[in-house]
Amino acid sequence: MSDSTQDERIKNISPLRQALVRPELGSIAGTIIVFLFFGFLAFDSGMFSPRGVLNWSTVSAQFMIIAVGACLLMIAGEFDLSVGSMIGFAGMMIAIFSVTLQWPVWISICVTFVLCTALGALNGYIVIRTGLPSFIVTLAFLFILRGFTIFFPQLIERKTIIGGVSDAADGDWLASLFGGKVGEPVFVWLADLGLIDVFERGSRAGQPVVDGIPALILWAIGLVIFGHFVLTRTRFGNWIFASGGDSQAARYAGVPVNRVKILMFMFSAFCACVFATCQVMEFGSAGADRGLLKEFEAIIAVVIGGALLTGGYGSVIGAALGALIFGVVQQGLFFAGVESSLFRVFLGVLLLAAVILNTYIRRIITGEK
Amino acid sequence: MDPLFEMQDVEKHFGTVIALGGVNFSVSEGECHCLLGDNGAGKSTLIKTMSGVHAPTSGRLLMRGQEVRFEDPRQAISQGIATVYQDLAMIPLMSVSRNFFMGNEPIKRRFGFNLFDHERADKVTMDEMRKMGINLRGPHQAVGTLSGGERQTVAIARAVYFGAKVLILDEPTSALGVRQTANVLATVDRVRKNGIAVVFITHNVRHALAVGDRFTVLNRGKTLGTANKGEITPEELQDLMAGGQELVELESSLGGTV
Repeated sequence: MSDSTQDERIKNISPLRQALVRPELGSIAGTIIVFLFFGFLAFDSGMFSPRGVLNWSTVSAQFMIIAVGACLLMIAGEFDLSVGSMIGFAGMMIAIFSVTLQWPVWISICVTFVLCTALGALNGYIVIRTGLPSFIVTLAFLFILRGFTIFFPQLIERKTIIGGVSDAADGDWLASLFGGKVGEPVFVWLADLGLIDVFERGSRAGQPVVDGIPALILWAIGLVIFGHFVLTRTRFGNWIFASGGDSQAARYAGVPVNRVKILMFMFSAFCACVFATCQVMEFGSAGADRGLLKEFEAIIAVVIGGALLTGGYGSVIGAALGALIFGVVQQGLFFAGVESSLFRVFLGVLLLAAVILNTYIRRIITGEK
Repeated sequence: MDPLFEMQDVEKHFGTVIALGGVNFSVSEGECHCLLGDNGAGKSTLIKTMSGVHAPTSGRLLMRGQEVRFEDPRQAISQGIATVYQDLAMIPLMSVSRNFFMGNEPIKRRFGFNLFDHERADKVTMDEMRKMGINLRGPHQAVGTLSGGERQTVAIARAVYFGAKVLILDEPTSALGVRQTANVLATVDRVRKNGIAVVFITHNVRHALAVGDRFTVLNRGKTLGTANKGEITPEELQDLMAGGQELVELESSLGGTV
């Protein structure tokens, strides 16, 4: 504000402290450090070649898709531990509908999306009606959905993987929105210019090694932009912050807290469904073990992104960067030839550091001692 | 002056517990009516009945002489009855501007979307805060950095800005320091002079006497009577709140309204 109205009792705060209260700061710093680190450690390994970039950006995009849903839900003050099971369940439903029941793939996808968002709404409804912590309710759904995901294919096909989705999806307009690639002509052109390597032998000789951007990455970018826009630019975004910050205070101010929370559970399920559909279209099959531990990976990405576990504070951009750090480190360690089990050690340390930093930032914001 | 808001023989039972057993209370425009009661006297239940959280078991609520019934807090707010709760007024992690417009966000239409008009929200927030004598670093300062008194003031400013006719303040000065209390009481005085009816709920007799025009004591779920300013001493109010052992002796000083 203008200096004329400045109160002498208001202490000037350093720009650093001001920047610290932005939720994205930690993840921006983390992203820079991670890229510098692998820039030195694994530059010659092909990590930053077009193929390498495609590799880690695809992995990061997977994390991003579920992190956006988990982020908005966490800011609204709730958790969803059923994300991983929802991914397995959604994929299996698409495969059962399209392969076993022979439905057109686009109908299978639509029905699965409706079914999964309805299950998300059920999650939210139970949390709201019972007043139980969402941690427990969605933990129950983690087991319920995983159980069905293993039970159904065994009942119908006597196996836990259903294949043949690729054949069924061939030429399907909706399937290509999840499993297709974008910008092929551009990549051919780039290869002609010599900017991208081409295959030298084999059946694809002469084609560029990277022949398009997977739809998965576009979904991730689209969801991040959508989530960030809703959270920061709309009235509904203010309601999300308010519902998570203090649901009772928000209710007294006339915010429809129950509706906000249930919608966020539905959005989390929607994101899991996007992830599952992309995965099924890419692999051409659905497996009963798909999506294992994804709920924790989503939550970790969100926390690295600066959101508070207690709700009311966070950023979608931060969560997206958290997912990027996640993907780059996981694939980077592979490129650098580091034992992959160390990734988990790193992840644990990173999570702990992020939570400690977030708690400290919370104290700055709220002025607690 | 005719009362703006009135409660007549209001009772509220929770199962076999009689939380309110006959409350008579009224407040007029530009008046600060203090409602005093010790812990457990039924203050919270009374506030929630006034603000639409609870429906009364029996008795009548009147707004400008017309009987009203509130199904939920939103209906009370739309009638101009706003409540500022002691702890639940603000959300500490959110900015002052986002808090100020919580539930009433200003909208601008862009590309077919209803967007949160942050520019307008920020400007109004700064203007209203300046009127209340609070200097903010900026509209994006988190409410958590404000003092308890400032938070109450922001909440009062918000209620007034959104058209409160009757302002219910739930223990606005408890847990505040001397200076902050003085600021909040000054705010109450300013709001009253703008013609708003203030219901000031407290258990602090001194704070009540500092701004109150009338005083009503609530004890064991019943109103014991109303006294005008200057008709009652702090000691008498204190005794009434404490349980009314000297009720008989005080009856005369309350003007026979018991």
